[in-house]
Amino acid sequence: MLQKIYDWIDERVDVTPIWRDIADHEVPEHVNPAHHFSAFVYCFGGLTFFVVVIQILSGMFLTMYYVPDIENAWRSVYYLQTEVAHGQIVRGMHHWGASVVVVMLLLHTCRVFFTGSYKKPRELNWMVGVLLFFVILGLGFTGYLLPWDNKAYFATQVGLEIAQQVPFIGDALRTLLAGDPTIVGAQTLARFFAIHVFFLPAALFALLGIHFILIRKQGISGPL
Amino acid sequence: MSEKKQQVTRRQFLNYTLTGLGGFMAAGMLAPMVRMAIDPVLQESGAGDMANVGLAVEDITNEPQRVDWTITQVDGWYESEVTKSAWVFVNENDEIQAFSPICTHLGCVVSWEGSEEYPDQFFCPCHNGRYYKDGTNVPGTPPTAPLSVYEHSVENGMLYLGQPIPRGEA
Repeated sequence: MLQKIYDWIDERVDVTPIWRDIADHEVPEHVNPAHHFSAFVYCFGGLTFFVVVIQILSGMFLTMYYVPDIENAWRSVYYLQTEVAHGQIVRGMHHWGASVVVVMLLLHTCRVFFTGSYKKPRELNWMVGVLLFFVILGLGFTGYLLPWDNKAYFATQVGLEIAQQVPFIGDALRTLLAGDPTIVGAQTLARFFAIHVFFLPAALFALLGIHFILIRKQGISGPL
Repeated sequence: MSEKKQQVTRRQFLNYTLTGLGGFMAAGMLAPMVRMAIDPVLQESGAGDMANVGLAVEDITNEPQRVDWTITQVDGWYESEVTKSAWVFVNENDEIQAFSPICTHLGCVVSWEGSEEYPDQFFCPCHNGRYYKDGTNVPGTPPTAPLSVYEHSVENGMLYLGQPIPRGEA
């Protein structure tokens, strides 16, 4: 039955080559842990992506309960955490996953650095990777405020003060992030929510697309 | 085709106009979005609003005293009552001084003679930050800048305070 549906579509749109381009490619021996166990270091990039997928999925489900409003944000998180079946698990995945992404990302960066994979012709992909690193940190920073508890509030206060230290544009940057020159409040929470849920994920998807296309285009770097 | 050199070919002309039109449409779409996003940066600051802090000028002494007052803070669509504080005294030149109690180190609240070991100084309990009576930070303690100074004015014998102005590093 499934095969028939697939054939019916394939006959009309010819999806097999597209599928082959995306998924069907050689894994060189030197990056395959089945051949050399130490090659597991080459898995960190894929693991980062895997955790990012978990973050996207759990985040999507969290927005079913979360409300980005200073009167209700904390209460909505508390409700989701205490009253909703498995809410604690989904928020736990998002909460801990946020840290795991950063850890995996750093391990991936270390592997790329120590195998020299950033060298010509792959410099561009290194730069895209650095931008991805900033986007992930931005997601962590903006997500931290959303529960609207004391820790979130004061961490954001500190983060905004750091942004304010940027030469010349610091004050404008802070206002742009927080929505107000001095207050961390209603407008800040709304903005951080928008940045966390729409702006940064959009940048993340675009950069990830480039990151992966470049890998396919250039192939995995050779053995040491 | 004539021998005359063509300045702009038909193809180029159409390319330019199409690019121009596309640019206009993209700009027309993006301009309101961007303007909306940066609105807080371009907004006039609400500074200059002075609040009566409920302290008569004749009650201000050489000894810093803490005054608390409440203002209505407008945060976009959300209005709330916020309590602000200051340390107020008259210095040796007979000038009224009103210092923000926010420690310039990490934002805790300092108090005058907050530690018995350091009389005549402002003291922050979080990391033992200290300030002299004129508000400058004691060298070797965590703060990197003097306490901020409130704008102040006197009307009908009452003290009015505005925004705390940072004094920069010293």
